[in-house]
Amino acid sequence: MQTKRMTFSSKWLPYALLAPQVIITLIFFIWPSYQALLQSVYRQGDAFGIRPPTFVWFDNFKALFADTLYLNSLKVTLIFSVGTTLLSMSVALLFAVMVNRMIRSRDSYTTFLVWPYAVAPAIAGVLWWFIFNPSIGIMPYVLDMFGYDWNHRRNSQDAMMMVIIAAAWKQISYNFLFFLAGLQSIPHSLIEAAAIDGASRMKRFWTIVFPLLSPITFFLMVVNIVYAMFDTFGVIHATTEGGPAQATNILVYKVYRDGFVNLNIGSSAAQSVILMAIVIILTVIQFRYIERRVNY
Amino acid sequence: MASITMDNLGKVYAGNVRAVTGVNIDIADGEMIVLVGPSGCGKSTLLRMVAGLETITEGTLRIGERVVNTLEPADRDIAMVFQNYALYPHMTVFNNLAYGLKNRGLKKAEIDRRVKDAAEMLQIGQFLDRKPRQLSGGQRQRVAMGRALVREPAAFLFDEPLSNLDAKLRVQMRVEIRQLQKRLGTTSLYVTHDQLEALTMADRLVVLNGGRIEQIGTPMELYSRPETVFVAGFIGSPAMNMLPADYLRTLVPAEALAHVPQNADLIGIRPEDLALAPPAMGEIGLSGRLLLLEPAGAESHLHLVFDGIDEHVVVRLPHVPDVSEGATLQFSLKREKLHPFHQASGQRVA
Repeated sequence: MQTKRMTFSSKWLPYALLAPQVIITLIFFIWPSYQALLQSVYRQGDAFGIRPPTFVWFDNFKALFADTLYLNSLKVTLIFSVGTTLLSMSVALLFAVMVNRMIRSRDSYTTFLVWPYAVAPAIAGVLWWFIFNPSIGIMPYVLDMFGYDWNHRRNSQDAMMMVIIAAAWKQISYNFLFFLAGLQSIPHSLIEAAAIDGASRMKRFWTIVFPLLSPITFFLMVVNIVYAMFDTFGVIHATTEGGPAQATNILVYKVYRDGFVNLNIGSSAAQSVILMAIVIILTVIQFRYIERRVNY
Repeated sequence: MASITMDNLGKVYAGNVRAVTGVNIDIADGEMIVLVGPSGCGKSTLLRMVAGLETITEGTLRIGERVVNTLEPADRDIAMVFQNYALYPHMTVFNNLAYGLKNRGLKKAEIDRRVKDAAEMLQIGQFLDRKPRQLSGGQRQRVAMGRALVREPAAFLFDEPLSNLDAKLRVQMRVEIRQLQKRLGTTSLYVTHDQLEALTMADRLVVLNGGRIEQIGTPMELYSRPETVFVAGFIGSPAMNMLPADYLRTLVPAEALAHVPQNADLIGIRPEDLALAPPAMGEIGLSGRLLLLEPAGAESHLHLVFDGIDEHVVVRLPHVPDVSEGATLQFSLKREKLHPFHQASGQRVA
């Protein structure tokens, strides 16, 4: 590949321009990661310096995988992230298909549908916390009319449902934009050709449109799983705080609880290292797959 | 196999934008009709109305004996070849051809047979396992043709199918499409803006302008007797020369123009009807100064300004004459080769 080489008159200018990003990366990413790696193989000392931190090899990891609470958290995270991804992507695709069919009002709908993305996760959490509040919320009131007794403080399924909805709601905007762009990039003549070829509207969607969207769908799937696993701390913290009875205690939230509330630094660090490994694996999968698949 | 009848077809878009007005065309079974006109003349809209991709707002459209105005594209028994081919990029060539057959619930053995037959006819048999992106432009064009003909439809619709090909391939595919159409005997409607394509492929030609039909006829009818100024200027390359009738009347004796009606104020002259020679008895003589000589191998184009007039005239000769630019040349013209028009109405007057 031919690249244009930029030359600077001063030798130091390029370094100075790079410095802010490098410094931020070092302080906020590399150094904490290093600390996490280090602490994950130590058992912390006490507060008075009587017993110094001890090097314990992989005891923290062994303890984690023997811990039913941690295994439960893994399971909860899996359900939560799959649920959030499926919900946000399917709703976003539905919206994108509907908006794509509009001609004049397309832009205004797009604008409205993108707004939730500007809402901070914690605020989104509070919003849904109010809507689903068993005492004063509107949804329990409506559900009660259908004979369903909603209470996410007691019922772990209700709690999971609520956090999935709250987390997915925010992500719909993002997915919607990508799906809409994807739909618009499909030549209209393909759909027309399929219509002449005798495919019904549904069949056209599933045999032509959906396969052509697959690179975008896959990209969004990875992004959404990463979002659900790592960016939803605010949603959980503002609504269920991991409860009831650990039912919504996802991995990220457990790291925070074990480390900063329960002060079990070693275990918390080991959990972060596992999370880090998961991110790396997801990213590698994404790049491998996207590169192979993007030009159909 | 079927005829197509357009009875007073019209299209008005939302916002009262008119695209097509009062189109009457009877396409006989097995006939190849070419719609030709400048961009924006409504030819593609008309084709898409026949295909069912645009709604018909006025008139009646029949394919065979059926009125198909409100039928879905799939139910009209037509196949269309798109300008960008519109091949399904995620499917193999085989599946591209088979898609329409599968949707119609044909048996697998029948699908296989039809796809194999079509592939053989179009010489794309060895590409059946490939995806469209692995094919060249000409091969994609063949696949698009194949997708149309496996369906064995009542009519083929072509929407400028050759405009994405390079000049050489275009000529080759033009011949192949025409041969194929004649062999299959399928009624066809073909849209192009290329008048050479139109002249060479059509059984009958329809010239459209501003959403209306200017003239319908065989290519030679349109060429030798254009009914309007627009058709005269559109069909033929280089275009027909248009001279004011009054100018000609000053040049020649009145009896030489006796056959030209008095209300004709514009006279069309085909570039090849002017001969580089002094006028013989009963011929019209014209002389002009040569601005530019364009040799084109077997023929040549002479750009001139005729004496006493400020019109640019083009003459086509079947050879390259030995003349120099700036020279004054004598031309002769047979009296029956004049095309008299009435400028205000744009109509031919004799």
